[in-house]
Amino acid sequence: MEFFKQFAVPHPSFLIYGAMVSIGLAMLAIVVGITYFKKWGYLWREWITTVDHKRIGIMYLLTALLMLFRGGVDAIMMRYQLSMPENTFLDSQHYNEVFTTHGIVMILFMAMPFITFFFNYLIPLQIGARDVAFPRLNALSFWLFFMGMGLFNLSFIIGGSPDAGWTSYFPLANNEFSPTVGTNYYMIAIQIAGIGTLISGINFITTILKMRAPGMSLMKMPMFTWSAFIANVIVVFAFPVLTVLLAMGTMDRLFGTNFFTTDNGGMDMLWANLFWVWGHPEVYILILPAFGLYSEIISTFARRNLYGYKSMVASMVVISVFSFIVWTHHFFTMGQGALTNSIFSITTMAIAIPTGVKIFNWLFTLWKGKIVFTTPMLYSVLFIPLFTLGGVTGVMLAMSAADYQYHNTMFLVAHFHNVIIPGVVYAMIAGLTFYWPKMFGFMLNERIGKWTAWIMSIGFLLSFMPMYITGLDGQARRMSTYSEAAGFSMLNMVSFVGAGIMAISFVLLVYNIYYSIRYASRDIGSDPWDARSLEWATHTPVPEYNFAVIPEVASTQAFWDTKKNGHELFKGKIEKIHMPNNSGWPFIMACFFFVFGFAMVFSIWPVVIVTLIGILVCMAYRSFEKDHGRYISVKEIEETEAKLRGAKK
Amino acid sequence: MKVDNSLPLEYSTEENSLKILGFWIFLGAEIMLFATLFAVYFTLENRIGNGPSGAEIFEITPVLFETFLLLTSSFVIGLGIHAMRLGNKKATMVFFSITLLLGAGFLGFEIYEFVHYIHIGATLQTSAFTAALLTTLGTHGLHVILGLFWGLFILIQIKKRGLTPETANKSFIFSLYWHFLDIVWIFIFSFIYLKGMM
Ligand code: HEM
Ligand SMILES: [Cu+2]
Repeated sequence: MEFFKQFAVPHPSFLIYGAMVSIGLAMLAIVVGITYFKKWGYLWREWITTVDHKRIGIMYLLTALLMLFRGGVDAIMMRYQLSMPENTFLDSQHYNEVFTTHGIVMILFMAMPFITFFFNYLIPLQIGARDVAFPRLNALSFWLFFMGMGLFNLSFIIGGSPDAGWTSYFPLANNEFSPTVGTNYYMIAIQIAGIGTLISGINFITTILKMRAPGMSLMKMPMFTWSAFIANVIVVFAFPVLTVLLAMGTMDRLFGTNFFTTDNGGMDMLWANLFWVWGHPEVYILILPAFGLYSEIISTFARRNLYGYKSMVASMVVISVFSFIVWTHHFFTMGQGALTNSIFSITTMAIAIPTGVKIFNWLFTLWKGKIVFTTPMLYSVLFIPLFTLGGVTGVMLAMSAADYQYHNTMFLVAHFHNVIIPGVVYAMIAGLTFYWPKMFGFMLNERIGKWTAWIMSIGFLLSFMPMYITGLDGQARRMSTYSEAAGFSMLNMVSFVGAGIMAISFVLLVYNIYYSIRYASRDIGSDPWDARSLEWATHTPVPEYNFAVIPEVASTQAFWDTKKNGHELFKGKIEKIHMPNNSGWPFIMACFFFVFGFAMVFSIWPVVIVTLIGILVCMAYRSFEKDHGRYISVKEIEETEAKLRGAKK
Repeated sequence: MKVDNSLPLEYSTEENSLKILGFWIFLGAEIMLFATLFAVYFTLENRIGNGPSGAEIFEITPVLFETFLLLTSSFVIGLGIHAMRLGNKKATMVFFSITLLLGAGFLGFEIYEFVHYIHIGATLQTSAFTAALLTTLGTHGLHVILGLFWGLFILIQIKKRGLTPETANKSFIFSLYWHFLDIVWIFIFSFIYLKGMM
């Protein structure tokens, strides 16, 4: 009996049962649907075993969108709970679980896969390559990430969600104060997803260093590829810290070690430090690719070269170095003394300088440009002032003496949403809109798109500006309620309304996809935005080999030069193309990881051992496997090319 | 597959040189991993709670044996790669086998050491210091175990398939890994054992 008890949700409520039933029904519907339409074979052949970077990218995208909605529901629940004083919609334990999962889902399972989608889809196309360096490892990365995501979401219905905040500070996260298995899920699910991210970091760095088209020196790479390169370097340096950290957290919880305990020498602050040694670079991993996307979009629609290419690159390099030496700013109040605080205050404020350089470069790109206000451009132009606001409040928070007032208040919550939403989320949606026609062969509706951008921005301002004020007035974060006398009621209600408006904008985004699938023209050619870099030089839809002939490049905007200045892109003639074979082992191995993770969460040791052996056997199998890929013949390529050219007219 | 004969076998195809670069980057990540473990160890080194300190539990003899075995194995695998470059399959295999045997010897002593620690009451749960110590050593040890299996698989493949661009590439990458473990051990030896005993 004891054994089975741990699987139950610790304090069930109507909401959780409702979610269980709806998740169950949705799963059933999917399985029945696939069986009914006889799509299992298709799914296995074309998606689960695929090693094509474009398809893997699209799977990342789908996961990200799914998680955006999961995290969004959490957000609305929190805002509703706080919209009135003494509200009883969520009790405090449930509120703890909701803000914890909201944070993790949004950062690790929404924003991360979203940018990884762009890495996957765009890097090979932008550098004129046929795939990433290690296509099969790429599939493994995705499936590990996916299984980590699945495991994490399972916590909600089996055993209970983590409840110690997305930062999971010890001693709050130890067995005494977080007695359910929730925090085990945290440690293990993130570990599995994190290993996937680390592997893809290695993959993308190798790809960018080694597989660029002839003529594309590092300083001729498109700006998004630069940002992706730097972000992935940060991944490779920061994620091992997370790996060690989570392993130690797991041992503290499962094996009774004393890393972060408060007796036998344990040191709880070690967790906080290491968490942010990873955590702060992590936020730059998110924002740098967003900057890269804005650079692409702004230069495309200002119809100008990006202003200050070199300083853009230099500022990103500086940011990436600084991102590793600011972590203490997350706990100025936790007792390291004036000297340490002052040093970290200064390094933190210094990051504003390279960021400012970038802002000015975008403004100078717009200056005298022939601006075309498309939807992606609208997001980018909204991003500049809104993000700057978030940056300014960031500098306020960076002043360690003043931080004693703001720390752990809603002011902080307002700050990071102010940078993450206009910074990362807008970039994701702008990029999605921008690259949608490349992926699917039709454009998203511009009218609905612009409405979405405006509604989202109004919702954003209404939702988060009031938090700055209540935060300064002392409303603490992560508190499930407050009293009438505190005087926060009015502003929190405004914030709830704002959150509702944001929710409407996301619904509109989905509606736009539906609407465009039905009504948008399919006759748009392969370069509907009149864009500048290589990804637009190939057909739409992109053939599996990307480029029939590898392009030759002479500037940062090779495709633009081809269109306007007579640069010849495709000089060679068609030769047979070597492609990797599909493979099922990444998926199978990731399934072992999933079961392994589940068994770890509940300490079912026999299963842990069996699945560990399974993982090792997969690796051994891979070592002995002989697979030299396959060739696409010249004839086949010519046929595909003729067909695609015909479709394009 | 295009084979470029002006380069050593392990670099001779494009895929091969991609793999070698990729592995170097992986080693970069591994450096961060061990750097974090060392940082943790140095932070917790003196936080021994009610347990023993390093000076009380470290014993020089097994550690010297371990060091000697691992350093030698790293030298021998260098010979193995040299033989591989000369195209001598048999010598390559012999040197690889010796490497693995030395590695297994290292592991034997390490297991003895762990059993000893547990015997004298320095277990994973005893204190923050013992947890950090055993985790750091254990992570290195796990790498060695994994390396033994990996090396064995490569050995079997060389035996079956000969020295092809593929097996040469795998052997070379494996040798990088093995040297890396050796370097980590030198840090462990100097900054955990020697420093702890002084
Ligand atoms: C509709 C939009 C959103 C709303 C209304 C919203 C609202 C909130 C609220 C109320 C909290 C908890 C405050 C507290 O500590 O009590 C929170 C925390 C958080 N949110 Fe959001 N959020 C939104 C979107 C996002 C997005 C897009 C991301 C990330 C990409 C994100 C990341 C986070 C993080 C990391 C935390 C901190 C969690 C913690 O402290 O444990 N949010 N959000
Ligand atoms: Cu930070």
